[in-house]
Amino acid sequence: MSTTIVAETQSRTGRRVTVQPVTLRRVVRSEWIKLRSLRSTRITLLVSFVLMAGLGVLTAAVTASQWSRLPAASRASFDAVSTTLTGYQFAQLAVGVLGVVVISNEYSSGMIRATLAAVPRRLPVLWAKAGVFAIVTLVAMTAASLIAFAGGMAVLSSHHLQVSLTAPGAARAVLGAGLYLAVVGLLGVGLGALLRKTAGAIAAVVGLLLFLPLLSSLLGSWFKAHISPYLPSNAGAALLHVHQQAGSLSPWTGFAVMCGYAVAALAAAALVLRRRDA
Amino acid sequence: MIEVHELVKRYGGKTAVNGLTFTVQPGVVTGFLGPNGAGKSTTMRLIVGLDRPTAGRVSVNGRSYDQWAAPLAEVGVLLEAKAIHPGLSAYQYLHALAATHGIGTRRVHEVLDLTGLASVASKRAGGFSLGMGQRLGIAAALLADPQVLILDEPVNGLDIEGVRWVRHLLRDLAREGRTILVSSHLMSEMAQTADHLIVIGRGELIADTSVTEFIQRATVSNVRVRTPEAPRLRDLIAGPDVTVSSDEAGVLTVTGMASDQVGITAAGHGITLYELVPQASLEEAFLELTQDTVEYRAPDTSAELAGAGRNPA
Repeated sequence: MSTTIVAETQSRTGRRVTVQPVTLRRVVRSEWIKLRSLRSTRITLLVSFVLMAGLGVLTAAVTASQWSRLPAASRASFDAVSTTLTGYQFAQLAVGVLGVVVISNEYSSGMIRATLAAVPRRLPVLWAKAGVFAIVTLVAMTAASLIAFAGGMAVLSSHHLQVSLTAPGAARAVLGAGLYLAVVGLLGVGLGALLRKTAGAIAAVVGLLLFLPLLSSLLGSWFKAHISPYLPSNAGAALLHVHQQAGSLSPWTGFAVMCGYAVAALAAAALVLRRRDA
Repeated sequence: MIEVHELVKRYGGKTAVNGLTFTVQPGVVTGFLGPNGAGKSTTMRLIVGLDRPTAGRVSVNGRSYDQWAAPLAEVGVLLEAKAIHPGLSAYQYLHALAATHGIGTRRVHEVLDLTGLASVASKRAGGFSLGMGQRLGIAAALLADPQVLILDEPVNGLDIEGVRWVRHLLRDLAREGRTILVSSHLMSEMAQTADHLIVIGRGELIADTSVTEFIQRATVSNVRVRTPEAPRLRDLIAGPDVTVSSDEAGVLTVTGMASDQVGITAAGHGITLYELVPQASLEEAFLELTQDTVEYRAPDTSAELAGAGRNPA
């Protein structure tokens, strides 16, 4: 065996290897290869997709079956669009965790050193990871959201509760679910790159998205009025409601606030990535 | 060519690299030698910019590593085996690395063939042995056909065939005019692979010399003699500068006289010799050089080191 290998070693020198400069586009391609190659990534994305597409239809079916027994107040405040989009609350956990893992697994396996040796300027790696993951999430979750909406409305139409996508605010809410989840993904990537450890970063994502809103609502009316609307998941959720909820930000303001969290996490991650030892 | 100048790296209060200056020349295999914890891996990480130096400079082919447009074409680096996501296959891993430099999949297959991994290219790296991990690391280092190759303990976990293959590969690459820096904590391995040696201990330079010179300078020159007339020979050669000791009957260990001289003396007096062996222990020379700088040491080895020469620190 050694003889054949040595022979190949010698012939190797005759061949020219075409090498091109590292560009953001090439780093994006590299990150895309990594993302699509991992089975764990594909499974988690599939789980997010099923949660987003399926739970809305399920909730719509349950509501439809109980419609005649619902109190009048519940019927009056019924939001058909939001009902079909309830899956986002669960999908966001899968997406946020996956965003963390996309980068934290490079640190836990040590692969980050190969990655950064290939791209010693470092920042392109963060932008490429964030960009690739955000686009994949946006596409998949927008598709899931449209399926949830279409399926949910089909179920609700048995009670003539359906809303068309052209109704005011409906398209914004449906497409907003995809945007919301893409930003959750970015928040995950940012926190994963900042904290590097999978467990800690997942705790931070879950804490920000679920625990803080709960805590804030428990702390009393002042917190509920002045803090709750600005927490990332509450702010972003404004985009998913057709009618603005009491005490919540307007849809696009809310979404902008949510984006602010993701931008802050990514900016902090970028600073740290530049400075720290890999 | 790698130029390291006054390099310092501290982690918190601990100094890993302390004012290192050396140059790694192209065309030869340079062995980077030192006990565990001497700062070899840290220095290698500093060369490719994975760690930021506390002070000092490092350049590769005249530029800081991160200033190169296609860094992998300048330096191929193997820092630790199996530093790869366990869910990726060898092919996917190399393909992803290659993509950053626009290197085609043909080259990916080529380095897989070259390192003997072609048959396991689609297997998940999680199931790789340490030896396969080393081969994959070497494949990654060779991907962009670099001018400089930096390998940290590349033969760890390799079988004899693999060790020999790495040795041949490094020599061939050096002969093509490339710069090769390969670390090891084993002097014996370096003696067979390297032409030049950079020896460090506790982050400081101990020696920067050719292997031949290192052996000549550092070797404790003992001569082992086996003869049926041991007591007679002993009386003939013992003197103020020559010590003769004997651990077993009929065997003498001579220090301070060359083997030729021992042979001539014996022949002159008609003494029969069964064995006349100059003992050049590289390992001992290395230990002697670095014993004051060993970072991690078990209590029982310190006794061994004391026996090798000077008292340990």
